[in-house]
Amino acid sequence: MAAMRVEEMLAAAEEQEAEKRRSITVEKELELEFDLGNLLALDRNPPPAAGLRGAGPRREALLRALARDNTQLLVARLWELPAERAGGAGGPLVARLPEPAFRLPREKPPPRPRPPTRWEQFARLKGIRRRKRTSLVWDEQAKEWRRRWGYRRAGGDPARAWLAEVPENADPEEDQFARLRREKRERVARNELNRLRNLARAHRAGTAVPAAPLHPTGHQSREELGRVARVARVSTASLGRFQPRLPKEPAEPPSRSGGKKRRFEPLLGNLAAERSRQLDLLRDMGSKKPVLDITRAVNKQLRQEEAEAAAAKGKKQSQRGKRGRRQQRAGR
Amino acid sequence: LTCCYRKPKTKRAKRFLEKREPKLKENTKNAMLIKGGNANLTVTEVLKDIYAVKKPFAVLYKKKNITRPFEDQTSLEFFSKKSDCSLFMFGSHNKKRPNNLIIGRMFDYHILDMIELGVEKFVSLKDVKNSKCPEGTKPMLIFAGDMFDVNEEYRRLKSLLIDFFRGPSVPNIRLAGLEYVLHFTAVDGKIYLRSYKVLLKKSGCKIPRIELEEMGPSLDLVMRRTHLASDDLYKLSLKQPKALKPKKKKNISHDVFGTTYGRIHMQKQDLGKLQTRKMKGLKKRPAEKSAEDGGASPKKSKSA
Repeated sequence: MAAMRVEEMLAAAEEQEAEKRRSITVEKELELEFDLGNLLALDRNPPPAAGLRGAGPRREALLRALARDNTQLLVARLWELPAERAGGAGGPLVARLPEPAFRLPREKPPPRPRPPTRWEQFARLKGIRRRKRTSLVWDEQAKEWRRRWGYRRAGGDPARAWLAEVPENADPEEDQFARLRREKRERVARNELNRLRNLARAHRAGTAVPAAPLHPTGHQSREELGRVARVARVSTASLGRFQPRLPKEPAEPPSRSGGKKRRFEPLLGNLAAERSRQLDLLRDMGSKKPVLDITRAVNKQLRQEEAEAAAAKGKKQSQRGKRGRRQQRAGR
Repeated sequence: LTCCYRKPKTKRAKRFLEKREPKLKENTKNAMLIKGGNANLTVTEVLKDIYAVKKPFAVLYKKKNITRPFEDQTSLEFFSKKSDCSLFMFGSHNKKRPNNLIIGRMFDYHILDMIELGVEKFVSLKDVKNSKCPEGTKPMLIFAGDMFDVNEEYRRLKSLLIDFFRGPSVPNIRLAGLEYVLHFTAVDGKIYLRSYKVLLKKSGCKIPRIELEEMGPSLDLVMRRTHLASDDLYKLSLKQPKALKPKKKKNISHDVFGTTYGRIHMQKQDLGKLQTRKMKGLKKRPAEKSAEDGGASPKKSKSA
């Protein structure tokens, strides 16, 4: 009888031990903070200092128990994340991690946005948006889909073009093939020049050179030369008022404030100028012709409206595109 | 691209330079592990073990470099620029500071933070005779102890350690592959770093029970000198470009229980024209309709 009760008690104790070993709950005073994007857990509870003071295996055991508890909590959180089977039904279980929340400093400063190129500025003004081109084009002659450019392009190899039509207003003696080759070379050179100019503009904007002196080796741009000439004119004792001028330069030196302040003529000065001004005014008021150029004003207004409409449509398009992409990703 | 000394002439060189230029979403930070002029065996072993943990995002320099990071930082910055590493660990040993480890990070190839730690006890990977986990596993990081929040230097140290051991930032992770955990405990002015291999045991439910096995380097560290970045430089380095900020969707709100609410704005509805369910029995019969209309010509009834 006693033996059976002892057995029962032992069995119950065994079961309890097994239960404890299998349990996944952990008791903590303060909740841990988790950053699952970094697989990070922060435990604010003060560790038992008394146990950890003495060196040796006891300390290791305590540290290990603490680590086990914390890891259990972290793994429990990670297992709660939305998971799916990667690579079909038999693949490993993969959890999707959120974005890392803990703010860490960057390695390098964020890149500076480069200024728009001349074409980009024009396109924004006109409301021209980039149309995505298909990579393959239907070739009628070959009756199949061919590349737009490159090896075996649609429209045949341009190097083997054996016919060049003479346009109507061209010189009959001129070599058309040579002309085509020359024009292609010029086009390529012009594109390259524009590309380098855009790069230089971006580089200049990036490392803004405030009021440096002239570039020594001849790569002076028009603005740079103008700026330096202006500064040189004004750097005299009388601030540039008596400097000799070129025949076509404006008579009066440009104002220092850049034209922001209004300048008024003296009251009693040039009587002839005053008289002619008043008479001109009367003539404009009396004439039937409108002072406003209607066509120019209308064109300007149309362009402005176009640009606004394009901007609004572009914003909506990009929003829709982004939303569509985001939805796609969420559904995956 | 760099327009400083040389423009790249090959595509490979161009790719190399593009990898190093500042980007919106940055590369994983590389670490360089350097030995000082008087590094001893302990410190060398520590560096080798950390290299094993951080492979392939670390470079271990074999030769000794005679520099003092706290006095002169130019040589470290030069190394960082050459090898494109923004984290570093420098090991040295002298009578005043035995078994010294300087751990630090860079911003724009200039030193941001540097913290000097002394190694009091070190158990290497080789000394612990257990099975190890594969190279390049993303470790789980756990920081225990209230010192990591209370003390400013410890807070920076925590940020530095997370940055150092974090590894690449991944969107998904294989749940069975969570094998490595680094546990930092701050107690009594000392920091205990322990690494364990995680064993997932069966438990009653979906979440496995964790058992830990001691593996890998374990260090007892004590904090010595620090060279922390000034507040504004630190704030500047934390700044993220606006494009990376997650776009906030308007008209969506969440409540405490995790339910997502959306708001739709509609115009005023004409309730007379509302489409309700069609009840054929209630439809007006043609006779009734004509009586109402006052004797208008009855239309042919469509229904049979």
